[in-house]
Amino acid sequence: TLRSVLTEEETFAVLQNISFSNSFVAASLWCFEEMTMAAATFAKRLIGSRSTSTTATSVARAFCSTTTPITATMFPGDGIGPEIAESVKQVFTTAGVPINWEEHYVSAEIDPRTQSFLTWESLESVRRNKVGLKGPMATPIGKGHRSLNLTLRKELNLYANVRPCYSLPGYKTRYDDVNLITIRENTEGEYSGLEHQVVRGVVESLKIITRQASLRVAEYAFHYAKTHGRERVSAIHKANIMQKTDGLFLKCCREVAEKYPEITYEEVVIDNCCMMLVKNPALFDVLVMPNLYGDIISDLCAGLVGGLGLTPSCNIGEDGVALAEAVHGSAPDIAGKNLANPTALLLSGVMMLRHLKLNEQAEQIHSAIINTIAEGKYRTADLGGSSTTTDFTKAILTHSSIFLPSSMKSFSPKEKLVTAFMGGFTSQLVKEISIEECVKEAGCYASNVVLQRFGCI
Amino acid sequence: MLWCDMEASLNLLNLGLGRMVITKFCSERIAKYAFEYAYLNNRKKVTAVHKANIMKLADGLFLESCREVAKKYPGITYNEIIVDNCCMQLVAKPEQFDVMVTPNLYGNLVANTAAGIAGGTGVMPGGNVGADHAVFEQGASAGNVGKDSIVRKNKANPVALLLSSAMMLRHLQFPSFADRLETAVKRVISEGKCRTKDLGGQSTTQEVVDAVIAKLE
Repeated sequence: TLRSVLTEEETFAVLQNISFSNSFVAASLWCFEEMTMAAATFAKRLIGSRSTSTTATSVARAFCSTTTPITATMFPGDGIGPEIAESVKQVFTTAGVPINWEEHYVSAEIDPRTQSFLTWESLESVRRNKVGLKGPMATPIGKGHRSLNLTLRKELNLYANVRPCYSLPGYKTRYDDVNLITIRENTEGEYSGLEHQVVRGVVESLKIITRQASLRVAEYAFHYAKTHGRERVSAIHKANIMQKTDGLFLKCCREVAEKYPEITYEEVVIDNCCMMLVKNPALFDVLVMPNLYGDIISDLCAGLVGGLGLTPSCNIGEDGVALAEAVHGSAPDIAGKNLANPTALLLSGVMMLRHLKLNEQAEQIHSAIINTIAEGKYRTADLGGSSTTTDFTKAILTHSSIFLPSSMKSFSPKEKLVTAFMGGFTSQLVKEISIEECVKEAGCYASNVVLQRFGCI
Repeated sequence: MLWCDMEASLNLLNLGLGRMVITKFCSERIAKYAFEYAYLNNRKKVTAVHKANIMKLADGLFLESCREVAKKYPGITYNEIIVDNCCMQLVAKPEQFDVMVTPNLYGNLVANTAAGIAGGTGVMPGGNVGADHAVFEQGASAGNVGKDSIVRKNKANPVALLLSSAMMLRHLQFPSFADRLETAVKRVISEGKCRTKDLGGQSTTQEVVDAVIAKLE
């Protein structure tokens, strides 16, 4: 901590040189008692209070997490990857998520053990940690190696790709009531990669559907529906034409459906599904499909809610492995310019947290993101705004750092606000400061949404 | 690409096997039709929809054929788009597409998605063209096809088939009749007074047909 290195005076000097909003963010980021006390004392100095005692202990503790830290792998990726990964790390730390990140990068040479640019160590890391977050990776153009995504999928046996698609309040598209999950079988089907030329000018591509893979993904789909309180699972197919392949897929889905009588099961032909999605997406709840249809439908649904820049995604593997990823590209044209939209990676991180059952923090970060976008004041270029990545992240940090733990739920609105923005507080401080002053001191990122949450307006 | 017309079910191994075939002959044929259609109907752009990043050989062959044909039509812009991106773009910005040429499976999905955006199965015309014959029918196959209840209640939308028959007239080289029919249908829809249930109105099939006849000049 700074405290151990600097004296109290020097700490204050450091804090005074950065704007107060940053000092609060700094305080909660490190969530150490000394820092919040320093921030509180600083605040008192601003207001000229003569009280010198501070009781930040219990308050500071409330911002710290006391659970054992979980190690998770992070692949920042290429292009805009490192910037948005930085965003994610900051938001997670502010929210007190007990995760230690193990970062791995794609190397410049092919690792012979994996036949790709991903090293054996990175794959081992995911296998060990069972959970990871991946940014966009560009597959280098060339021959003789597998694509990076394919390598991850095959090596980690990631069999299901889960993408929740819901309309974001505040970001208007033609469809407001989308609330569906697409679960796509990720290992076989049309993408088995088995193609050959029969004679010149005739190419054959094999589509393989196995009972094992279909059962696996159907099981996951129904399990997901049950644990997330979803009511209906729809299997998407073209079994009227592809009787043997999609027929097998449907048979497996029906078998699993029998085990979950409380969930409605239906089968929808893919062309019907496309039409219904485009006319009335509210008709769907959970969709489960083989590989090719899943690819197309999940991107179609992403388009319904605003594009790949806002879509989270999580790949589920055997033994409970979960690799959340941002599905957009690496956008090399805006890399390094602080213009990227971190929403997709952040929402994927939230999916990862829910998988880890850290629901309180997941909810906190999720609300922060939704509120920031709903507010509309800070939006990156792809959503029609002009904020930078760092501005957008700071707005989310502010929204997420003022989530009050349940121990503070009995505080009055003003106490909550002062606590949130000033760190530690004394009753003297609460009496002397007005809400406007507090908000003003907290910096420009306080907003009506925030004040409304605290019941101050 | 043929719809997996050769399938095997190896029940012992619980495996379903499907084969997708793409031939240069068929790909060239459809590409030629697409560009010729664009040329004759004054269309500016032809987009090939594919998944060649994954199905390198199969869709690669399709794309190769399209590119070869594209060279012969320098006045028409040609571009390529991957099918999942295509669906996303269709949903977000359908106006960027003009003529789209696709293999069999993707074409089914893209046609139905586009139909949904344009108003549904009830309004989209279509036709099947061969070397010796042509059959015209509704463009999108999803939804209310074959539902007796709709026929009984007289709620079926005749617009799609009327527009398909206009396409047939055009194919038979009767452009003036085709134009008259199309204009009448479009006027009836744009007026909004006679619409069947799928377009949000209350009229019966017969009422719509009568309105179209009335508008025929």
